[in-house]
Amino acid sequence: MATVILPPRHYLNDGYGIASWLFTRDHKRIALLYLAGVTFFFFIGGAFAVLIRLELATPVGDLVTDETYNKLFTMHGVMMVFFFLIPAIPSVLGNFLVPIMIGAKDLAFPKLNLASWYIYMVGAAFTTYAIVTGGLDTGWTFYTPFSTVSSTSQVIPAALGIFVTGFSSILTGLNFIVTIHRMRAPGMTWFRMPLFLWSTYATSLIMVLGTPVLAITILLIAAERVFHFGFFDPTRGGDPVLFQHLFWFYSHPAVYIMVLPAMGVISELVAAFCRKAVFGYSFVAFASVGIAVLGFLVWGHHMFVAGQSVYAALVFSILSFLVAIPSAVKVFNWTATMYKGSISWDTPMLYAIGFIGLFTIGGLTGLFLASVGLDVHVTDTYFIVAHFHYIMVGGTIMGYLGGLHYWWPKISGRLYNETLARISAGIIFIGFNLTFFPQFILGYLGMPRRYHAYPPDFQVLNVLSSAGASILGVGYLIPMIYLMWSLRYGRLAGSNPWGAVGLEWTTTSPPPTENFAETPVVTWEAYDYGAPVEGHVA
Amino acid sequence: MWSGTPLFPESASTMASRVDALYFFLLALSIFFSLLIAGLIVFYAVKYRRRAADSVGSEIHGGLVLELTWTIVPLLITMVIFVWGASVFFAMSRPPDETINVYVVGKQWMWKFQHLDGQREINELHVPVGRPVKLIMTSEDVIHDVFVPAFRIKADVVPGRYTHLWFQSTKPGRYRLFCAEYCGTKHSGMIGQVVVMDPSEYQTWLSGGASEGSLASAGAKLFQDLACNTCHRPDAQGRGPVLEGLFGKTVTLQNGETLTVDEAYVRESILQPAAKIASGFQPIMPTFQGLVTEEQLLELIEYVKSLHELPQVQPR
Repeated sequence: MATVILPPRHYLNDGYGIASWLFTRDHKRIALLYLAGVTFFFFIGGAFAVLIRLELATPVGDLVTDETYNKLFTMHGVMMVFFFLIPAIPSVLGNFLVPIMIGAKDLAFPKLNLASWYIYMVGAAFTTYAIVTGGLDTGWTFYTPFSTVSSTSQVIPAALGIFVTGFSSILTGLNFIVTIHRMRAPGMTWFRMPLFLWSTYATSLIMVLGTPVLAITILLIAAERVFHFGFFDPTRGGDPVLFQHLFWFYSHPAVYIMVLPAMGVISELVAAFCRKAVFGYSFVAFASVGIAVLGFLVWGHHMFVAGQSVYAALVFSILSFLVAIPSAVKVFNWTATMYKGSISWDTPMLYAIGFIGLFTIGGLTGLFLASVGLDVHVTDTYFIVAHFHYIMVGGTIMGYLGGLHYWWPKISGRLYNETLARISAGIIFIGFNLTFFPQFILGYLGMPRRYHAYPPDFQVLNVLSSAGASILGVGYLIPMIYLMWSLRYGRLAGSNPWGAVGLEWTTTSPPPTENFAETPVVTWEAYDYGAPVEGHVA
Repeated sequence: MWSGTPLFPESASTMASRVDALYFFLLALSIFFSLLIAGLIVFYAVKYRRRAADSVGSEIHGGLVLELTWTIVPLLITMVIFVWGASVFFAMSRPPDETINVYVVGKQWMWKFQHLDGQREINELHVPVGRPVKLIMTSEDVIHDVFVPAFRIKADVVPGRYTHLWFQSTKPGRYRLFCAEYCGTKHSGMIGQVVVMDPSEYQTWLSGGASEGSLASAGAKLFQDLACNTCHRPDAQGRGPVLEGLFGKTVTLQNGETLTVDEAYVRESILQPAAKIASGFQPIMPTFQGLVTEEQLLELIEYVKSLHELPQVQPR
């Protein structure tokens, strides 16, 4: 292998100083601004989780008061969902990769892209203000009439933060849709695009179509709280269940905003580390679109016990089973991709394997919840908590970390410590399962979620869960350290350290500001591993 | 430490075994598919591990037969689960005709139970074993949720409407009743117990309480006190509809729509009388919003239910 040197000119040395970052229009730098933002809020949300698990190590509520506990799980949910999970993959990896993967110089609207980041930060500032001035205790779901009539916490500033951040989501989605439609390099047809772009495109559709409904819902909450309109308050003629319809109409698709991009990442990882085309490319691509469309039609499965009609429940039940099918198709296709691959065990592949395993469990337990007669027993218990953490943490965060490790050499130009990275991937996998698997058992036993104190016979399983959470916490801290370390001391990566195909690996690491010296002309299919590639042994 | 740690909940209702059967089926299915996927991944990851730095995978792009197989087979399996889950849900949603009815009022942060015979309980519900019991539930403030894990049943308790839940217990004992919908500060303290008793013990318990008479008789007194009887008279001479025999009947509204008189309609007619005026009457009834409590509403409803149709009076 030839000696690797840093390119003399790249996006990271194209201007120094704080202003060159805060006023940048380069999608890659904006991706790093988002990286700083989402990482910060991930650790804030994580700190709340640590306190929750510490409190639940004993059955009695002895560490914090009831009120504080309620604020902890609320703010954990709000921070993680709105300020980490939803923006993480689209805004960090999507921002960095969408233009490069299609051979473009930038997104269609670079200034709008920067504006999205500022909107995100302003929204986050509102919600942070709500946290430091007393906190929020409504649960991240803001159920009425509790949130509009009963809660005395900082509902308005927190909700305003989510309202504002929603616009960042809408603008990012819009930017991606226009970019993918209009800015593909010559020869980059839709069906030559990496599958990450298909899932990013599907995600963008949900962001653009779904987020406005959340914005409206939040405005209605604010109007009822401040001006005492009777939208949801039954003593004023309102209907509290109407809120749940509006909220889940956005918030169920939001689950797909979180997990679809992760699925896209996994398709890239599996292909790159098996050096093989993704099995059934078009099925995986259309599965993303199918999930995005069907995802809008299943919101009622959050309300099987909320007093909707029996027949409405049945319709939402059958649609929920249907949305499981494209997810299953993806899992089977990823597995089939490994057949006769050239499989390396590098860190990103370990995350991909972890994702497939955990997402499979998360998806299968989703079937329990879609079966309406069984959902009645397990809904609102720890079974739900376990299920959605398997999807959001086991799925989204595994995908995010896998993607971050895969593209880190491209982003930073340097390699991290592979041994440490593999060890921490293992720690995360073990810690995750120890944290959340016992919660399935707790849920079927009947332990309700959002309980500050619980009956003593649930303690052993809760202690296991808390122990797992501490392992998981360590697993998340180690990558922080070695990734930072690699920025300065890591070995230089070269343009294509993994021996992967894809336009992003044809440019330098880090790429120049304009991504490519000249606009590439694409004459090959996605994942074109027809000939041996220059690369390394796992 | 493990001895006191249950891994599976107690089963104490006729519904429990039906829910558990579906649960075990799904569990077996999940274990099968999880092991299948995990097994294949590990097997492939070892068997096809990269042996040379520049090696690439085989040129396989897909296969229509496989794609169709793993689309259609899961589809068929999920449809079986759907039908199974739906049939369990139907059974849960349809109480038998003869039930012991108990009214439930949730409030931050306690449960109030009212038996038809007049017994009132807080955070404890006494029922006889083997008899179907129907709970008619509402809330004074925010949304709560009655959840009895040993019975495998759960339903939200929503302010402004009545929701229902029914169960038939199978063995005497004390079973936890949790609030399962987050309702504020003391949510995790909103725990009650269902006390399932042998029929004879239950009779003893029933005869012990209720000094104030039955729920319907309390409603009758309230009906007089609020002067409802000046307009709602049994002889059809009042300004309001005759209530005798009305419950469960179909009435026609002014706008031509029809509805069946149930708890929700009686409640609405007391609190928002103008909302649905019966055909042939004027919207002159004042609202009682804020004047009657949720419990008093239940007494009034029970009184209206108790008013049976009078024998036809001969025209004068």
